[in-house]
Amino acid sequence: MKRPSNLFRSLRHLVLMAGAVIFLMPFIWMVLTSLKPADEIFSRELSLLPTRLALVENYTLALTKVPLLRYLWNGVVVCAAILVLQILVALPAAYAFAKLEFRGKTWAWRLVLLALMIPHQATAIPIYVMLHRLGMLNTLSALIVPFSISAFGIFLMRQFFRTVPDDLVHAARLDGMSELELVWRVMLPTAIPALFAFSIFSVVWHWNDYFWPLLVISSPELATPPLGTIFFRNEEAGTNFGPLMAGTVLITAPLVLFFIAAQKRFIEGVTLTGVKG
Amino acid sequence: MRVNPFHTALLLTPATVLILVLLVVPVAIVAAMSFTDWQFGAATLDWVGLKNYRELWTDTVFRKSLANTLLYLVVVTLGSIVIGLGAALLIESDTQLRGFYRTAFFMPVASTMIAMAVVWQFLLHPNAGLVNQMLELVGLEPHNWLNDSQLALYSLAAIGIWQMSGLALVLFLAGLKSIPQDIRDAGALDGIEHPLDRFRRITWPLLGPTTLFVVTVCAIRALQVFDTVHVLTKGGPNKATEVLLHTIYSEGFSFFRMGYASAMTVVFIAGIFFLTQLQHATMERKTHY
Repeated sequence: MKRPSNLFRSLRHLVLMAGAVIFLMPFIWMVLTSLKPADEIFSRELSLLPTRLALVENYTLALTKVPLLRYLWNGVVVCAAILVLQILVALPAAYAFAKLEFRGKTWAWRLVLLALMIPHQATAIPIYVMLHRLGMLNTLSALIVPFSISAFGIFLMRQFFRTVPDDLVHAARLDGMSELELVWRVMLPTAIPALFAFSIFSVVWHWNDYFWPLLVISSPELATPPLGTIFFRNEEAGTNFGPLMAGTVLITAPLVLFFIAAQKRFIEGVTLTGVKG
Repeated sequence: MRVNPFHTALLLTPATVLILVLLVVPVAIVAAMSFTDWQFGAATLDWVGLKNYRELWTDTVFRKSLANTLLYLVVVTLGSIVIGLGAALLIESDTQLRGFYRTAFFMPVASTMIAMAVVWQFLLHPNAGLVNQMLELVGLEPHNWLNDSQLALYSLAAIGIWQMSGLALVLFLAGLKSIPQDIRDAGALDGIEHPLDRFRRITWPLLGPTTLFVVTVCAIRALQVFDTVHVLTKGGPNKATEVLLHTIYSEGFSFFRMGYASAMTVVFIAGIFFLTQLQHATMERKTHY
């Protein structure tokens, strides 16, 4: 292919750079504001950098006014528990669909495909009532149990397991492995890349979810990061922007840093939503 | 291969039971509840037939909500497609700074939307917000972006586009990569040299199925808009930003009219199922290339 002309190359940079600045501006402004004292934030003239650094007071306030670290920890616990349960439940089923023949397989698979289409918000009312009856509202379990099944996880891992050679499965059986052992000791190691992509997909989704925690959690100490952010905003004055932005920096940092560190993997995982919907 | 049915059952039972208990049966319950007048906490309920659906049809709030959702869906999908495709083509057309641009556009997808919604609330603040300050700097009128009933839905849509374009971008980049170099070379031999010609005659036709797919991906996500609405406008001012999930949330979990909210949920599920079917159709077409 012919190399683009210099004019085109400059235009390309001009357009893309303008776009990039606009797309990054909320992040840049968030970080800059988290460093500014209140009087500078509300001053009439626009200034990019803080003249007096308020880093310590803003971040201290963000960390002490509400239990921000607690929110992050809750997020970690919830996401980890969901992911472990999803894998424990989905992998054996995915293996069965990929490698075994059994009666009713077609119907069982249709059930998975049907479940794949159901968005989480669609089941909110009955599951909420169910959790209420069981006295589980406002517990971390209420954030975890409803998501223990991922039809998408079954779907994705089954596609992957189909590419694993049958010989490997036979050999493992000849070695006297049980089917369940086979899933964890033979299939799982071959599936690490797919499992990694699925993990990112799952963690990003549940880390960011706001709808469900909003419904089932009312105690601040059980909040996940998104819900905690809103508690913080409502608590600490919607207008005390310095500490508020410091809080949002701390809340967004884990995923953004992870994204920057493992971009390719991250994009792979998140674009799976394309297939999931 | 056939193995001991007991072992197969052991592998499949947890998943099957959970799919039924947590997904399929709840949807069936929603469908059934939509024919009742059940309120959360009430000891009894009555079958009311299609009454809830008839009420939906005449409910001005629901109608407004549905219209807003569709408008939001169209604006966000269109905006994300145009920005995503434009950026993908420009990024691909040369090698410099590819990684940086991709990262920049994808950052919003990787960040926690709720936290960024709070940042947007600040950016759009009538006095202290960056957007109005910039506008005033160049001598333009400032606006009350989130409290003006003419503007609020479009402000939310702009945030939606900001969040979704990166996703469209990476899906388009993947689509562009799958166009074989031979075809572009063949085009060049046939005298298709100008980049615009190349786009119109080669890239765009081959990208058609990808585009349809990205449209459905964005539309499904846009239909699920809730976070920004709940955090920034609560459906206001004057229902100007009331959207489907937010209306369901208010009816079901603020007023606890679960029967009525279930009927709305059925409409929501129907929308998602329709778009998912459309998506599957586009994915089958995609494999022909």
